[in-house]
Amino acid sequence: MPGPTHVQATINGEDVNFLCEPRQSLLEVLRDVLGMTGTKEGCNDGNCGACTVIFDGRIVDSCLVLGVEIQGREVTTIEGLATADGLHPIQQAFLENAALQCGICTPGFIVASKGLLDGEPGADEGRIRHWLAGNLCRCTGYDKIVRAVLDAGEKMK
Amino acid sequence: MVANIVLSEVEYTHIGKRPVRPDGVDKVIGRAQYGPDITLKGLLHGKVLRSPYAHARIKSIDTSQAEAYPGVRAVITAQDLPFASLSKEELGAGYQALKFASDHVLAGGKVLFKGHPVAAVAAANPHVAEEAAKLIKVEYEELPPVMSVVEAMAEGATLLHDDLYTSSLGETSQTASNVAAHARYEKGDVAQGFDEAAVVVEREFQTASVHQGYIEPHNGTAFWSADGQLDVWCSTQGAFTVRSSLANVLRHPVSKIKVTPMEMGGGFGGKISIYLEPLAALLSKKSGQPVKLVMNRVEVFEASGPASGSWMKVKMGATTDGKLTACQAELALDAGAYPGSPAMSAAMCAFACYDYPNGLLDAYDVVVNKPKTQAYRAPGSPQAAYAVESVVDELCEKLGIDPVEFRLRNASKEGTRRIEGPVYRRIGLVECLEAARSHDHYQTAVDFQPNGKLRGRGVASGFWFNRGFVSSCNLTVNPDGTVSVVMGSVDLCGTRASIAQQTAEALGIAYEDIKPSIADTDSIGYTFITGGSRTTFATGLATINASQDIKQRMVERAAAIWEAPVEDVEYVDGVIQHKSDSELRMTFKELAGRTLTTGGSITAQCNIDPPGEGNSFAVHVVDVEVDQDTGKVDILRYTAIQDCGKAVHPSYVEGQMQGGAAQGIGWALNEEYFFNGQGQMTNSSFLDYRMPISLDLPMIDTVIVEVANPGHPYGVRGVGETPIVPPLAAIANAVYQATGVRMQSLPITPGKVLDALWSQNGS
Repeated sequence: MPGPTHVQATINGEDVNFLCEPRQSLLEVLRDVLGMTGTKEGCNDGNCGACTVIFDGRIVDSCLVLGVEIQGREVTTIEGLATADGLHPIQQAFLENAALQCGICTPGFIVASKGLLDGEPGADEGRIRHWLAGNLCRCTGYDKIVRAVLDAGEKMK
Repeated sequence: MVANIVLSEVEYTHIGKRPVRPDGVDKVIGRAQYGPDITLKGLLHGKVLRSPYAHARIKSIDTSQAEAYPGVRAVITAQDLPFASLSKEELGAGYQALKFASDHVLAGGKVLFKGHPVAAVAAANPHVAEEAAKLIKVEYEELPPVMSVVEAMAEGATLLHDDLYTSSLGETSQTASNVAAHARYEKGDVAQGFDEAAVVVEREFQTASVHQGYIEPHNGTAFWSADGQLDVWCSTQGAFTVRSSLANVLRHPVSKIKVTPMEMGGGFGGKISIYLEPLAALLSKKSGQPVKLVMNRVEVFEASGPASGSWMKVKMGATTDGKLTACQAELALDAGAYPGSPAMSAAMCAFACYDYPNGLLDAYDVVVNKPKTQAYRAPGSPQAAYAVESVVDELCEKLGIDPVEFRLRNASKEGTRRIEGPVYRRIGLVECLEAARSHDHYQTAVDFQPNGKLRGRGVASGFWFNRGFVSSCNLTVNPDGTVSVVMGSVDLCGTRASIAQQTAEALGIAYEDIKPSIADTDSIGYTFITGGSRTTFATGLATINASQDIKQRMVERAAAIWEAPVEDVEYVDGVIQHKSDSELRMTFKELAGRTLTTGGSITAQCNIDPPGEGNSFAVHVVDVEVDQDTGKVDILRYTAIQDCGKAVHPSYVEGQMQGGAAQGIGWALNEEYFFNGQGQMTNSSFLDYRMPISLDLPMIDTVIVEVANPGHPYGVRGVGETPIVPPLAAIANAVYQATGVRMQSLPITPGKVLDALWSQNGS
């Protein structure tokens, strides 16, 4: 087993340095090395979307990216959305539309939605349902999540 | 067209409003701490070695290589459980119960399902633990697996347990059996009832094992201190249940176990049983360090949950004018490896929507080589309703009576006695059926499209008990006029909000001034699980009662300050005032600000075990489209109607109805444990175990029917269980209307639909 590798990356706009083993996923690095537990593990095999992060502008399942792969690149996690001024419009819309129940899938849905609405705030229901097809929610039946994303899109136009 | 309708009889100040939930911000910014998020100084990570076989005898376990592996701090097997060193004589009548509980945690003599824990390792990191676990050598003698209730109940079936005997109608069988229990419920004379019927329908049904499907895997973290104090952190629906279950298998006093419930990422009934907690405890005891275990998704599928697979036979008869004369059912629900399927609850729920003169129900709890089944939202009721509501649909068709009209003619109402005894108090089934009949969805004909696809509509109803059970809460008036509500109920999906709203309503103060929180087991009175649709009702009652005490203490304090007789002071809408002297008046906040200098904090506590039930009924209407070429069924339109009593937070009530319906849709159409010939699950990932995704579903419309529960001051019944009950049958009935084929086995996969269509066409 090779030793730990030094990685330098930008996470939520901050310059971050860490050591990680080659076998550690980005999800494991975020949660266990950097203590950023807002990104959730649901399946660890790319089928639930709970660990969605934005990686150089694209949404990815962080369980399918290795920690060493983010060397010199940019990652946005759920911890990077709210600012000192308040919540991100998507976060606010999830609250106001009761779009979370247990909340475990919520960070993944919010980050994935940001990946859509940043470029397409006018996305309609069909587009949103397609975009979020990689994120599983077992509590809501998706109804209120889709409504929250529609609502957030209105505010982000 | 209104998506979400609330049919209210009474309006309140806070109840019935839709405020942001108190725990909402933490959960949208990623700060909320769920079970797997915990970290402790010196934390070790554990990994479980699990059985690759569905049924086998363990001949030997050699842990020596794992123990010697660098970084490993502890290895445990069933020999480390107290049960291993207790004799049958010492345990007496409790022997079998402890054997089953202990063997479930770590297999003793036999493994009974693929994924059954055999050993566990704690190491410096999860990767080392996993590598070490692979070094444990287990010698097995394979045995034939028994995978269905039909197989398990057959004459000469392989036995899972050589010491399990059937408990049937008060008798215990002479020979060992896979049938743990048989219960019977009876009223009137079914033979006579069927004689009086103009139409009788009798059908058999089967349903597959399905998983609760929570996104957060099971987890457990423990620290066993040298003084015997055991601290546990986990995701659970009931911290006190974890405590008592741990005390049982670890033979450790409850006073030395503290369970801290973390935020929980979905349970649906599946996070009540202990799995990893006792392993973490034993590994911590052995290593002297805190240990965390988290299941991966394969482990969640193979070793937790699922809900029972079933075999059912239902026979119902009715007169030409659509009155039921007799209802009969046999319901066999698999329990997985150890007894405890919800067969009896399935039987009690089966005909609960109907008022009928003659009934006979036989329920069987049957062990098979699958993971020990767990509750899943209204346990037993969806399977039973699938069978019963399918037969009802066929009766309606034969009699030429509209399915809602038929259900209205036979609907249970106040005074109807359920077959197992209880008499309904005021219930709202008739109101739900009427709401369904007048709903735009039901009033609009199925939208047939000339696209070559078949379309149909189905209706079904459903029932759940909604019993109260024990709840505890502590209220403290803070000096700034806010009120802390500490409760034992874990918040699955809005409990803090619904309890805060009820407290605000009872005290007549602002919702924002209520600060709800959830305590560990050392800090609050015993509280039963969050489940069974009990929490908003029972913990709500506890906080309402405690609020009445707070009001009385506030009155007493004001009287003391004013040197007035207590009976001259009153509490009106958050104001404490003298009844005749209008000068003497303090708002809640003003008096709260003086408490610390006038005798100390004002607190109140309530422990409650409310009697009776707040029964909830639902009626679902669904339109489906069936592709004749592929066999795929799509949901076009879905309306869920339910009597939830007063909806405390209508948005979260709608969310429960929508989420329950979505799970029911998955159960009906996609979800299924596939087993190979060796009884090994072959689809243990979210890719192959196909839960509904956003693309599979339309918006799910809701109608909240608020028929007040007479057992709660604001009429709350509870909501979460019932919405999963009707969808299975509603969809099967819709598929029938579309295709002319009765689907008597779930899930209704494309393959089954095509088979049915082809055999119908004779091709």
